[in-house]
Amino acid sequence: MKILVCIKQVPQKDVPLKLNEAGTWIREDVSYEVNEPDAYALEEALRQKEKHGGEVVVVTAGPARAQQVLREALAKGADRAIHLEDDKFAHLDSVNTARAIAAAIAGESFDLIVTGLQSDDFGAAQTGVLLAEILGLPHATIIIGIEKTDSGLRLKRELEAGHYQWIEMPSPAVLTIQSGINKLRYASLIGIKQAKNKPLRKVAWAEVEPKLGKNLQQIERLYVPVKQKKTEMVEGPPAEVARKVVEYLKNSARVL
Amino acid sequence: MAFKFKGVDFIGFDALLSEDERLTRDTARQFIEDNLIPVIEECNREGRFPRELVPQMGELGFFGANLHGYGCAGMSNVEYGLVMQEFERGDSGVRSFVSVQSALVMYPIYTFGSDEQKDYWLPLLARGEKLGCFGLTEPDFGSNPGGMRTRARKEGDEYVLNGEKMWITSGTIADVAVIWAKVDDEDGRVRGFLVETDRPGFSAYDVHGKWSLRASVTSGLSLQDVRVPAKNLMPGTDGLKAALMCLNQARYGIGWGAIGAAMSCYDTALQYSQVRKQFRDQPIASHQLVQEKLTWMITEITKAQLLSLQVGRLKDAGKVEHQHISMAKRNNVWMALECARLARDILGGNGITDDYPIMRHMMNLESVKTYEGTHDIHTLIIGQSITGVPAY
Ligand SMILES: Cc1cc2nc3c(=O)[nH]c(=O)nc-3n(C[C@H](O)[C@H](O)[C@H](O)COP(=O)(O)OP(=O)(O)OC[C@H]3O[C@@H](n4cnc5c(N)ncnc54)[C@H](O)[C@@H]3O)c2cc1C
Ligand SMILES: Cc1cc2nc3c(=O)[nH]c(=O)nc-3n(C[C@H](O)[C@H](O)[C@H](O)COP(=O)(O)OP(=O)(O)OC[C@H]3O[C@@H](n4cnc5c(N)ncnc54)[C@H](O)[C@@H]3O)c2cc1C
Repeated sequence: MKILVCIKQVPQKDVPLKLNEAGTWIREDVSYEVNEPDAYALEEALRQKEKHGGEVVVVTAGPARAQQVLREALAKGADRAIHLEDDKFAHLDSVNTARAIAAAIAGESFDLIVTGLQSDDFGAAQTGVLLAEILGLPHATIIIGIEKTDSGLRLKRELEAGHYQWIEMPSPAVLTIQSGINKLRYASLIGIKQAKNKPLRKVAWAEVEPKLGKNLQQIERLYVPVKQKKTEMVEGPPAEVARKVVEYLKNSARVL
Repeated sequence: MAFKFKGVDFIGFDALLSEDERLTRDTARQFIEDNLIPVIEECNREGRFPRELVPQMGELGFFGANLHGYGCAGMSNVEYGLVMQEFERGDSGVRSFVSVQSALVMYPIYTFGSDEQKDYWLPLLARGEKLGCFGLTEPDFGSNPGGMRTRARKEGDEYVLNGEKMWITSGTIADVAVIWAKVDDEDGRVRGFLVETDRPGFSAYDVHGKWSLRASVTSGLSLQDVRVPAKNLMPGTDGLKAALMCLNQARYGIGWGAIGAAMSCYDTALQYSQVRKQFRDQPIASHQLVQEKLTWMITEITKAQLLSLQVGRLKDAGKVEHQHISMAKRNNVWMALECARLARDILGGNGITDDYPIMRHMMNLESVKTYEGTHDIHTLIIGQSITGVPAY
């Protein structure tokens, strides 16, 4: 199986985030990491390769710093990497990101393309789906299990409230992978050394620009919600107080 | 309950690291977070070495990581140092175990061993299938190992070893001991021997009642007429210098390791101070005296990072001298111990319990301050290097 894994570098969870001066995004000087569901997508791809043979290729679109996620993937066992490298890639919306990736892999044919379910920063959950559309491939989302069959794929999808479903699909296909579906491996120190010698192809902005359109989505303003403490005394006889509290819980707090 | 470690980087230190260095550090950090942090307090309480982690450590390449070939990862010294930092962020005892295996057992075999010794031992030690220990210190000779009484006598194509070793990390779990002894018919020249621990006459016992490095094994060794084939002598060992070269490797790693322990204490104290409220319903982080302590810690940690990084860069360039390593070991262990004490203060009563890692680090660091050349001995090493006068 020839598998492509789309990996995004995102600001690290659990670290304090600082907004940029324009208030439109996070400052560059924070720590970054691999988008969590993408790490599971990579792990799943590596396991499929171990079972069925083939090749795992990883791709990212982002600034120079994003190369780190490709190095990590190569160290864990991916065979080669593609880096769409430019600061501008960080500011594309989902459809343009998908267009850029599609342009970068033109001429290659993959049996399977996996992405994370969504990114930890934007949370749009669109890139994988749009990539499938652009490539003219079928897709399935929120995948928690992959089995290769003679005719294609048998997949386990997560539904709401602990339910799930099995579906059959032809391949090639694009799947978006849920977090936590397998146990992530560590990059071994020897793997880190070997990663240096694996091919990493860089794709410049100009190479894919003709395929891009205007961003349809952009961030106007980003802000930290202000915490407010407001105490309101509810007075009157008990029945009256109870009625007012229920009304408040229903209409204002909306917890009932 | 303890807080999840958030990492410490005040001046954009990470920007001084290469991609590989960061990746190595992050891999070690994740490994420790997932595997050691959940069990370390229990290990410390029980006085238990988490041996179950050894196979995975071997698989990931943590043993002899800066050696080349023989299944070793071939990391740079800076990368190796960052691994030590992350291990000691977990626990100094577990870091000590890795230091001994790597710098005090694999390094001497790699540097002074015969091809046969290297081919046999290094791959097994790298995978963690065999463990080693380093026997230099004796009950009566610590800071001054040159006075050692352990002797080796040549008889035919065998050496016969006799002596006592004390404070030997991993002694009772080791398959092979690197034993330093004075050779009788070589004018008492100190040489290193590989002694399989199942040889008749070799025995090891655990040191009990330790209040420090409780998650690492510390042992005494006794050698009574232990016979080893002459080929167990490491041919490249020529005098005490060889043993001191090993210590230099380990001390270099300790300089980094101590930063990890300090980071753990600082990060715990910082997070605690932001949630613990005292007086006027304000977090204690809002008090000037608490801020002063946190400021001291982050400043010293930052200086220590820069010191270790430069020493590591020198080592990678083949330009490091032993007094440079002494400065990193002496300064960083001292500052880590001070950080542990300040962090303990900030946690108030909570600081004395093992709900938090601070007392464990503090007690561990007391050993780290003493072993591999005491704080004061490193003062004298640096002193001699700048004045030209030995003052031991
Ligand atoms: C947990 C633990 C693990 C260890 N693991 C190992 C191991 O794996 N292998 C191994 O070989 N050893 C090991 N050691 C031994 C360690 O290296 C020694 O403890 C250390 O060298 C100090 O020796 P000592 O304890 O005999 O103290 P001493 O040498 O007796 O020193 C006592 C004090 O006197 C001071 N002092 C000594 N000489 C001078 C001087 N000339 N001027 C001024 N002050 C001086 C010292 O600084 C110290 O403060 C370990 C020790 C510990 C605690
Ligand atoms: C073993 C043990 C036995 C004890 N026995 C008893 C007992 O028998 N009876 C009893 O009543 N209590 C007892 N205590 C409680 C002890 O008195 C408290 O631990 C102590 O008062 C500190 O309070 P704390 O632990 O809540 O720390 P905190 O008050 O939370 O202090 C944490 C840190 O914040 C600093 N800090 C707090 N406020 C300020 C400020 N305004 N400005 C600057 N710094 C500030 C403190 O100096 C400290 O460094 C015991 C504690 C221990 C550890």
